[in-house]
Amino acid sequence: MSLAYDIATWACLAAGSFFVLVGGIGALRMPDLYTRLHAASVTETLGSLLIIAGLMLHSGGQLATLKLFAILVFLFFTSPISGYALANTAQASGLKPLLGPQNPKARQQ
Amino acid sequence: MTFLGFFTLAFVAVSAVLAVNSRNLFESSVWLGIFSLMMAANFFILDAPDVAITEAAVGAGVSTVLFLGALALTSEHEHVTEKFRWLPVVVMSVLGLVLFVVSFEQPLLGDSTAPVHQHVAPWYLSETPRLIDIPNIVTAILASFRGYDTLGEVIVVFTAGIGVISVLGFRPKSKSMLRGSSLAQRVRGVQHHAVLRVVGKLLIPVLMLFALVVQFHGKYTPGGGFSAGALFAAAVMLYGILEGADKSAKALPQPVMLRLAALGATIYSGVGLVAFFKGGNFLNYSVLATDPLVGQYLGILIIEFGVGLTVTAVLIMIFNAIANRDSY
Repeated sequence: MSLAYDIATWACLAAGSFFVLVGGIGALRMPDLYTRLHAASVTETLGSLLIIAGLMLHSGGQLATLKLFAILVFLFFTSPISGYALANTAQASGLKPLLGPQNPKARQQ
Repeated sequence: MTFLGFFTLAFVAVSAVLAVNSRNLFESSVWLGIFSLMMAANFFILDAPDVAITEAAVGAGVSTVLFLGALALTSEHEHVTEKFRWLPVVVMSVLGLVLFVVSFEQPLLGDSTAPVHQHVAPWYLSETPRLIDIPNIVTAILASFRGYDTLGEVIVVFTAGIGVISVLGFRPKSKSMLRGSSLAQRVRGVQHHAVLRVVGKLLIPVLMLFALVVQFHGKYTPGGGFSAGALFAAAVMLYGILEGADKSAKALPQPVMLRLAALGATIYSGVGLVAFFKGGNFLNYSVLATDPLVGQYLGILIIEFGVGLTVTAVLIMIFNAIANRDSY
């Protein structure tokens, strides 16, 4: 049984780390704010949630599990919202996507 | 753990340099927020969770909001004087060199023979169970053994609040270009953050509940009046950001906040006076009840409440004063 827990823990942690890595590379390599945000929000949601879920499996039914669950719920609400707020503010302040139909640079190409 | 400490400390240094170097003040305040968050992580690594909570709530949360609120009143860009100034560079280099040389004399991190661990700390550790009997020794030291210092801190917080209010309450004779309240209405007109407002409103009660836990559970787990006050004020600031600062100022008006801040400091010193008149020393809670341990318990509970009240009221007062200021 504990082996199953361990395997599940490591699967969650490895998948979470993979998504954090992908999000980090994306945030560095993507061309403009919107695509970077798209990549970074993978880190914020999938990455951190999977890592915390892995830690919850690892902590094994203690009080720490409950605390980690509270953090999980908090992140589940706040991370996508922060990404949304950033993108929404960027759009409201007039930043155009680099590779969109309304951007003159993209139309020339 | 040590490696993690090196990482956070290095990041603290990097964010400090970036905050100073950045010409854009908006960027600088975000770097300062990251600086505080990393500092909080560092405190946590050094086994000081009480300080870490306060640093995260005040440094990364409240003061970033206050910086951004202040930036809304001024320009976003720093006005740079191109002239190179020798004196500050020389002074800072000498000071840095002195600190660097002195740091070699410092005992190693975690060295149990270091003076700081040999002076009064062993006494606190051995006598807290007998004299006060609460698990969190930090709270015992802060609220009871060193009650005078904490009273002084509360008075400093209160004085700072009064200072900010008197500076920001000053109105020039010229007529204001834009009233703070009409600015808030104009902002509300352009924003369409329905999602933000819904989720934010979900978070505010949870945040306040957590602040109450930190406040009243501070004897058992890390926490206490200072961190709880900052968390509670952060919840109110979240409301002010989401719904407009004029609404948060209407919900918690400045005169009420000023009196609450004064009340908190009065509760604290009042407990000291009650102890004094019951035949003990000033701020000696043991005489508050027939059982000294119950007296200590009561005293710490009440003065922590006073601390929390003052900190909450002062932070909310400063936020409302900055966010509602008229432009001239």
